[in-house]
Amino acid sequence: MVGVELAYWAESLLRVLGGLVAVLLPAGTVVYLFLFKMMSFMQSRLGPMEAGPYGSLQLFAEVGKWLQKEDIVPTNAQPEARIFKIAPLVVLASTFLLVAVVPFGPDAWFTDFDGGIFYALAVSSVSVLGILIAGWSSANKYSLLGGLRAAGQLIAYELPMVLAVIGVVIQAGTMNLQKIVVAQNAGEIFGWDGLGNPFLLTQFVGFLIFMIAVQAELTQTPFDMPIAESELVSGYMTEYSGFRFLIFFIGEFATAGVFSMIASVLFLGGWGVPFAWFGWTAIDDVDNWMNVVGPLILFTKMIIVVFFVMWVRFSYPRFREDQLQRFAWKVLIPISLANIMVTAVLKVAF
Amino acid sequence: MTPSADLLVAQNVGFYLIAAVMVLGALRVVTTNNVVHAALWLVVVLSGAAAQFVLLAAEFVALTQVLVYVGAVMVLFLFGVMLTRAKIGAERELNNKGWFLGIPVSVLLLVTLVIALNDGFGSERMPVDVAPMDTAVVSDQIFGPYLLPFWALSFVLLAAVIGAIVLARRD
Repeated sequence: MVGVELAYWAESLLRVLGGLVAVLLPAGTVVYLFLFKMMSFMQSRLGPMEAGPYGSLQLFAEVGKWLQKEDIVPTNAQPEARIFKIAPLVVLASTFLLVAVVPFGPDAWFTDFDGGIFYALAVSSVSVLGILIAGWSSANKYSLLGGLRAAGQLIAYELPMVLAVIGVVIQAGTMNLQKIVVAQNAGEIFGWDGLGNPFLLTQFVGFLIFMIAVQAELTQTPFDMPIAESELVSGYMTEYSGFRFLIFFIGEFATAGVFSMIASVLFLGGWGVPFAWFGWTAIDDVDNWMNVVGPLILFTKMIIVVFFVMWVRFSYPRFREDQLQRFAWKVLIPISLANIMVTAVLKVAF
Repeated sequence: MTPSADLLVAQNVGFYLIAAVMVLGALRVVTTNNVVHAALWLVVVLSGAAAQFVLLAAEFVALTQVLVYVGAVMVLFLFGVMLTRAKIGAERELNNKGWFLGIPVSVLLLVTLVIALNDGFGSERMPVDVAPMDTAVVSDQIFGPYLLPFWALSFVLLAAVIGAIVLARRD
């Protein structure tokens, strides 16, 4: 199906470069579009306007600023300097591992393997380790508390996330993300195939639970207890400066982007358009131009999903720690278990 | 048998590299003088085990290893250690008085495992053109011929969960 043949090394090099783009581009877009501009407009101000047209180069100015700053290790943290320095890299590495599984087009993928979504859930839990050791090695009570809160929250919300995904897996009959995309776009709603069958419609409960869990995994505002600035300064990030803070910062927003991509793949049809539009029936029929248009479609869907994440972030006050835990264990998990039951029964019935 | 045709060179090199890292990590788990460091070395060992599973083309098992051990068990471990006591820097008196009792136990375990595995699978060789295990095949196995052990394990885990709730309740 692919017109160009590349050597293995060339393909791998392209994939590495593509991975860098797929992590850094969403991070930059999310920060500029939402953190700088949307938040400012919602608060009746303009946001950055000086660097570049409408402040669009502000991000480069910020990165330049962070790179110039001194890389400080606090005196009390000196015995653990090595762990202190590794911690942000562990968090960012988890993001890079996460993007490896997202399909961007019929042939535009990094890895196409069977465990797809299971892999994504597994590697996303690695970032908790980075956050925990960051909080501990800072030798600071605020940081340690922030790290512990983050770990407790991420463990609690990982469970509803996994359970919400199971509904999609049951319906698609596979954990392979590429096949989940195909299942949605080749599907039909009661014989009508004009929209495919995005799992958003059939798994709406799952989608809501997944997005709430994503909000919590990203520690965005209703769930930002771990970095609650009024009580913990900045949680596990308190002692970090310069480019190590930058890495945490990129990690946070790149993960927001990547998780939104995964949400669009699982529930919104991913890179695809309904196959019936162009008379395709299986993935082998899909034309080559989808390898170029597909990533753009996925990127657009990602922007829309992130928009909702950020909208919630800028609108709601923070949960208290006990409310946060109770919500996960007593509300989300029972609902997602019920969702799995209903999905399984309907899958067998139809 | 000539070793040339069906010797998996890359897999063998990978195996010994990862195994070396795992052995080093395992030694550091018991020799390091800081509890958190020991836990982090254990993360290295467990991730190494996941990598070995990938070499065996058992990707589902590898992912489960990462999700359960690295993502959940070790995080819980670190969480517990940091919640109670986790000093920065080296600690003294970390060793248990009966630490040498662990040596015969672990040697015994090693010997049992080597004998059992060698007896069961010693003559089997990995096929050269091995394909990754399909996840559906794994589930068909678990919910088919191995349903009873699966139920037994679920029952044990359920009992453990109920036990934990009973112990943690204050009334």
